[in-house]
Amino acid sequence: MSLQDAVNNILSQWMKGTGPEDDIVIGSRVRLARNIAKIPFPAAANDQQAAHVNELVRSVVDSTNELDLNYLSLIDMPKLERELLVEKHLISPQQARDVKHKAVVISGDELVSIMVNEEDHLRIQSIYPGFQLQSAWEQCDQVDDIFGEKLEYAFSTDLGYLTACPTNVGTGMRVSVMLHLPALVMTKQISRLVPAVNKLGVAVRGLYGEGTESVGDIYQISNQLTLGHSEKEIIQHLATVARQVIDQERGAREQLLKLGQAQLEDRCYRAYGILSQARLISSQEAMQLVSLVWLGVDLGLIKEVDARMPKSLVVLIRPAHLQKLIGRNMDAGERDVYRASLIREYLQVHH
Amino acid sequence: MLCEECRRRPASVHITKIVNNMKTEMHLCQECAQTKGELTIGFEPSLTFENFLKGMLQPQTLSPGTAVGVRTQRCSNCGLAYGQFRESGRLGCSDCYDQFRGEILPLLRRIQGSVGHTGKTPGVSSAAASYRQQIEELREQQRKAIIEEKYEEAAKLRDRIRVLEKNLREAERQEGR
Repeated sequence: MSLQDAVNNILSQWMKGTGPEDDIVIGSRVRLARNIAKIPFPAAANDQQAAHVNELVRSVVDSTNELDLNYLSLIDMPKLERELLVEKHLISPQQARDVKHKAVVISGDELVSIMVNEEDHLRIQSIYPGFQLQSAWEQCDQVDDIFGEKLEYAFSTDLGYLTACPTNVGTGMRVSVMLHLPALVMTKQISRLVPAVNKLGVAVRGLYGEGTESVGDIYQISNQLTLGHSEKEIIQHLATVARQVIDQERGAREQLLKLGQAQLEDRCYRAYGILSQARLISSQEAMQLVSLVWLGVDLGLIKEVDARMPKSLVVLIRPAHLQKLIGRNMDAGERDVYRASLIREYLQVHH
Repeated sequence: MLCEECRRRPASVHITKIVNNMKTEMHLCQECAQTKGELTIGFEPSLTFENFLKGMLQPQTLSPGTAVGVRTQRCSNCGLAYGQFRESGRLGCSDCYDQFRGEILPLLRRIQGSVGHTGKTPGVSSAAASYRQQIEELREQQRKAIIEEKYEEAAKLRDRIRVLEKNLREAERQEGR
């Protein structure tokens, strides 16, 4: 199998697909927290109750023909497969770590996933490539209707959907957009953007790395409040804020080109140079360099690389994807060697 | 090398301090370094969202009307004590929202800025079912309140039942019953 075929096999649909604004917006996600009435939430449930939730979810999956849904018990799944699902953003790191009574339901195209017995009984999520919050919401809404018809949800007329944590109550909805913002980072505008966006009830965090620091200039913005506004209003608000951030990033890119195209081109090409020659590279260094190459490709400065290559590299260089590609477990040192060789080969393919 | 402090475990923390040009070296094990306060790296960060929420749930920040007895009150469905919720920031089951309603509403007002859901409701048929169930539960609570001669509480429950009954009729009408 060629490298390109192997990569196509392993990448999740939303990572290789295309969508509006996908030079800056990596993906759009909608997540709904749902619980079954009366049964204690997962952290408070006993073994029997947790197993009962699994059975209930499983019976809904078995009785529906839509979306090609597959029920997977996490305790039966090898660790590497679980970590792969985390890197694909289909399950949370917590869900992969502590697997007793945990399960996940995944649609055939991997655009829908449902975590079972995470913090809430059900966490229904839909994830689409590019800026497609509306599509992600409609998909999530449809799946929610399928389960809502068969399960008696915990719902109160004034407080909405009831969740384990009061910060999710109401719509139970978290909407997020993943953005690549290298120019805002380079021009140091990101530190001003974060508090401004926070004031609008929107949270910003680095997707990889701690706190607001981000490795690879990838940020996630999401709504903070879940009660008092309808799903449509929450999505519209987040889309408006995301639109502003995208425009700011485009403005910063133009500014960088105007003020010093030669310097910017040099930085991007140096990153490309290291990536195409390195024999050993950590995921952190690779992320930073891929981010620069990505910017160079988007601005038409680097012409040797296919436009979709950097976005897929961001995921392929992560530990579980690397190990899955090579077909065996590797320690961190081995991974650094294999990561460097994969990047070199991948850059050749996309030459 | 053994730990200078306990002389039992191997030294894994090596500290060099320079104070007023005097250099001192210490070789300690993990445990002794922590108890001596020489080791601060590797601790869990204290400002996590959970800690932040827990802080908001502490007694001094709760509304002044909160009775002391609430702390030991338990949810009759899952057995979670309100004190446990204060510790973890997580409720035990859907009934907790009803049973600790007086404490949770002011909290929601603060963290969410609102206590009125305006979004999606589960399919109409299950909405009616959910109203019927809620009414049944509140009637049970009302009966209990009357037996315990808590008439004020019983009156409040009666008002809530009336609102739900109206909603139920509306839901049933939409279902075409």
